[in-house]
Amino acid sequence: MLKVRNLDVAYGSLSVLHHLSLHVKQGEIVTIIGANGAGKTTLLRTITGLLRPRSGSIRFREEEIGSLPTENIVSRGCSLVPEGRQVFAAMPVRENLLLGAYVQFKRGRREEVHRDLERIYGLFPVLKQREHQLAGTLSGGEQQMLAIGRALMAGPSLIMLDEPSMGLAPLIVKDIFAIVRQLGKEGGTVLLVEQNARSALRIADRGYVLENGRIVLEGAAENLLANREIQRAYLGKDVDAENK
Amino acid sequence: MYWQPDEERMDRKDLEQLQLERLESTLNRVYLNVPFYRKKFDAIGFNPDDLRSLDDLRKLPFTVKDDLRANYPYGLFAVPLREVVRVHASSGTTGMSTVVGYTKNDIKTWSDLVARILTAAGVTADDVIQISFNYGLFTGAFGLHYGAERVGASVIPMSAGNTKRQIKIMQDFKTTALVGTPSYAMLIADTMMEMGINRNSLSLKWGLFGAEPWSDAMRKELQEKLKITATDNYGLSEIMGPGVAGECLARNGLHIAEDHFLVEVVDPRTLQPVAPGEVGELVITTLTKEAFPMIRYRTRDLTRIIEEPCSCGRTMRRMVRVMGRTDDMLIIRGVNVFPQQIESVLFEIEGTEPHYQIVIDRKGALDDALVLVEASEKIFFDEMKKQTELIETIKKRMASELGISVEVKLVEKKSLERFEGKAKRVIDNRKL
Ligand SMILES: Nc1ncnc2c1ncn2[C@@H]1O[C@H](COP(=O)(O)OP(=O)(O)OP(=O)(O)O)[C@@H](O)[C@H]1O
Ligand SMILES: [Mg+2]
Ligand SMILES: [Zn+2]
Repeated sequence: MLKVRNLDVAYGSLSVLHHLSLHVKQGEIVTIIGANGAGKTTLLRTITGLLRPRSGSIRFREEEIGSLPTENIVSRGCSLVPEGRQVFAAMPVRENLLLGAYVQFKRGRREEVHRDLERIYGLFPVLKQREHQLAGTLSGGEQQMLAIGRALMAGPSLIMLDEPSMGLAPLIVKDIFAIVRQLGKEGGTVLLVEQNARSALRIADRGYVLENGRIVLEGAAENLLANREIQRAYLGKDVDAENK
Repeated sequence: MYWQPDEERMDRKDLEQLQLERLESTLNRVYLNVPFYRKKFDAIGFNPDDLRSLDDLRKLPFTVKDDLRANYPYGLFAVPLREVVRVHASSGTTGMSTVVGYTKNDIKTWSDLVARILTAAGVTADDVIQISFNYGLFTGAFGLHYGAERVGASVIPMSAGNTKRQIKIMQDFKTTALVGTPSYAMLIADTMMEMGINRNSLSLKWGLFGAEPWSDAMRKELQEKLKITATDNYGLSEIMGPGVAGECLARNGLHIAEDHFLVEVVDPRTLQPVAPGEVGELVITTLTKEAFPMIRYRTRDLTRIIEEPCSCGRTMRRMVRVMGRTDDMLIIRGVNVFPQQIESVLFEIEGTEPHYQIVIDRKGALDDALVLVEASEKIFFDEMKKQTELIETIKKRMASELGISVEVKLVEKKSLERFEGKAKRVIDNRKL
């Protein structure tokens, strides 16, 4: 579905991603874990065309998208739920969702939009309840659900989530991850960027560990969970104390 | 039957992407964690960031056995010792053994890769598998053991030796799969015959042999004597142990676990890649090893890669059975000879036993090769003439197969040493 090869991205003279390669297969949940500043957001922004790579290739469904404008990337089925949610606060929930369906309207799939809306409401019953409320009045967790819902309205074949758990209470975080897992179960393809490594790895099929713009480890999510370097660095587990 | 169908039948394009990703992360990790590699990369001005394609790997220096010895015991480990859950060593065939380590994940990967070769060779959860490799520092026994448990087979951790007892256990426990070196399997087969045990009284179906070079002629003999389907599997401690490559039931080349190991074949003299499909030294880079990654390890094993797809549906390329170890290669009067070539000739000749020893001497400036061959008892009761005829036949066949003439001497049955592990067939007096 997505194949990134030798991606180099820099802000001016500052290199952020170094010849990074990764892939996501149809139906997979893949997570990228890494500390703050490792380059996770940069990666997602580059895939969606918000940043231009210095070199390397990004192939989405067998097509090079590295130089396409964001709008075309989204209309090809690659949607990003950006960091920090970014919903339209002054608009009702329903309008927010319909805005997400913009590309569907453009594709002439008016019919499907309403079906999708019902599906989103099924996935997030609370959005249905708040349908006519202004997005700005929603709680943080609800706004995150709305942001995900809006991305789904575009009918993407790949959905990319940038730190969906950020700044949310633990209970809400659980809900959000449950939803991502649900998306995977329904056959969706997900690229999930997270600092919350444990939760991310628990629902993912595979993972990559990003350090200073480089992938230092890759593998089945369960293997990464079992890796003690990762436990120490990202899972906040005091493995040494355990052994005493 | 496949153990990991998605991986073993992976699209070659997807495989290449996966290899590139894994190579990148491996290089990043060794550069970060293993001073030996960092120094070597720095010396040639290579930064892992420079890698653009799998071919760029060729820019990197080789790692050789002496590097392992120089860093004995733990110098090349890429994780702290507290992450290491198992330590093994090489067999010491060529001198001081070298040490390797495994993390928890490495053991898991290893088990799965061995499970792949077991499954490819016909073994299922219904089999009773007797591991007749020596348990210990050697990777063979534990590697196969964990893989067999993973498959769900019933494992008999027999270890090597005590051959009569092996056979009794085989009968009593209804062993269906035998694992060991081919030379030990031969000893078991011969002992069985001596004891007058009919092969039909056994439940054996499969033989999985490896850890040393052997010939197709030997396979035929083993299949015949033990009434089994025998497959070859290959591995080496430096890379992981068994599970690196193994035959499927097509028995025409060993599928390499290319999603975990990147292989190259180079000319051992020029160290340049050979043309596709040509014979050369196998060079392996690990792609997923955590504790003991290896970059461009020169295995000193000679083989060639089969590019054509296999009838079994696996997309992982095959290597032909190892033709020999460059360590074992005899240079007799300038001609390269492998013990397996001699073995193949002997198997085809009526009146000889597949037991032999090669003694090399230097007489003046010339190398002299003497092949001691066990002859069947019958021959020794026969007239001298028959014996002389047999010797002549062997010499002739050897000369045409090897391209040099060797001396041949017949010795009595069972007068040569037998091996429970890796056979040692060459006595090279030139080195003394
Ligand atoms: N199926 C096989 N066919 C031919 N040779 C094999 C096979 N399997 C393993 N080998 C040989 O065994 C070697 C691996 O064995 P191991 O790592 O236990 O130590 P060793 O090479 O015998 O000893 P050392 O490395 O200490 O000299 C391989 O490099 C290869 O030469
Ligand atoms: Mg060796
Ligand atoms: Zn095959």
